[in-house]
Amino acid sequence: MGCRCATTSTNWGCSSLALTQLASSLRKRGHPLAAAADQRGLLRSLPLSRTFKTALNDAGVGPLRRSCATILQMNLGKRCNQTCRHCHVDAGPDRQEVMQDRVLETCLSLLQSSGDIATVDLTGGAPELHPRFREIVRRARDLNRRVIDRCNLTITLLPNYADLPEFFAAHQVEVVASLPWYAPKQTDAQRGGGVFEASVAALQNFNRLGYGQAGTGLVLNLVTNPAGAFLPAGQKALEREWKLQLERRYGITFNALYTITNMPVSRFLEFLVDSGNLGNYMDRLLAAFNPASIEGLMCRSTLSIGWDGQVYDCDFNQMLEMPRSESLPMLIDQSLENREVLVGEHCFGCTAGSGSSCGGATVKGEHAA
Amino acid sequence: MDPYYKTDDLGRFADMGKDAPHLWEKFQAWYQAVFTEGALTEREKALIALAVSHAVQCPYCIDAYSQGCLEKGADLEQMTEAVHVAAAIRGGASLVHGVQMRNHVHKLGM
Repeated sequence: MGCRCATTSTNWGCSSLALTQLASSLRKRGHPLAAAADQRGLLRSLPLSRTFKTALNDAGVGPLRRSCATILQMNLGKRCNQTCRHCHVDAGPDRQEVMQDRVLETCLSLLQSSGDIATVDLTGGAPELHPRFREIVRRARDLNRRVIDRCNLTITLLPNYADLPEFFAAHQVEVVASLPWYAPKQTDAQRGGGVFEASVAALQNFNRLGYGQAGTGLVLNLVTNPAGAFLPAGQKALEREWKLQLERRYGITFNALYTITNMPVSRFLEFLVDSGNLGNYMDRLLAAFNPASIEGLMCRSTLSIGWDGQVYDCDFNQMLEMPRSESLPMLIDQSLENREVLVGEHCFGCTAGSGSSCGGATVKGEHAA
Repeated sequence: MDPYYKTDDLGRFADMGKDAPHLWEKFQAWYQAVFTEGALTEREKALIALAVSHAVQCPYCIDAYSQGCLEKGADLEQMTEAVHVAAAIRGGASLVHGVQMRNHVHKLGM
């Protein structure tokens, strides 16, 4: 079967996996929203009832300040074998950005020097496409850090990457896998034709290795983003339903389900504009603003490092090009604790309902507000 | 002519509290308690609400619970089946009255 999942410039060995791309990246299409400044300008121009800063102040929780950094999230680049419709990174097969060697080394030095950073969170794009991916995992594990791989699942079916599940198991890497729904229609609508079927095969393979099984210590968590302009369901209730459905339909087991709200950034912002949902979606986020979501926000405890070494409070600020003033090497000597988080109107996405972060809802054990 | 139903009126539902606040507050408290997870999940209750919305043919309720179902973790297949349940009961309700028609005809006939 011919390769339909990538441009000819890649060598991912995708001869046996046929995925239908939904579209190319905004960058490749020359779309105006490919520019972060234009995204920020669009969000600022919306007639919202109040700004995010005002919402924080009204609730008596402003300004938003960082706590102790415990997670180092390394964005290894924008390359991906998929072009998901909601992607806030504008990742895709046509993107070439990968984390530079000097940035990698500084991140590892930071890990070595910081006792507080317990977790290394590897993301992208598809982080596994970084040429030094396996080395990064090994070195972070050698430093006794918990390592999370944010995996799109289909990457593990490409011949050149088919050994990854065994590699992850050998190094006790925690896998956080994206799956919008437990049925094909919504999944393929968001992530591309054939993605659901491939994702099921990949999950079954992880299960065979012991991932998501009691007593193995191999953690397999799933992430679901709504396939459209609405908020995610309550995380606990949805997890119960997903466990039933995935077990019944495909014999798949997993540890936890994370619900993540789609952010009005990049390709999801494009979808909101094109579908005429932008105003209503932002109103929905504002109406669901929940001060109880603030404490667990990832921007408070995560150091988000871009492929080029810029430091951000979170991955969304990274994509909107809102860097912190501190450089990466500066972090080795100084803590960002108590410093103000850079915020914008997109932040309403992480504070709506039960809150949203890379670890799912930020208000645990409750129902969506 | 202006449409009889206006989409924006859904957002003005709370106006009903303006001249009878004590009744509105009771309704709100009861309504929220009804939709809180109990023996049924919030998702199941949202699906029932969607089905009833179609049975009573309330456009506001249909808008509200189409989004509500999605936000409680239902999908379009489940929602479509719920609407079929409402339609089947409505259809069945008409059809079962056919027995009354038959009773009457048989009484009159030879």
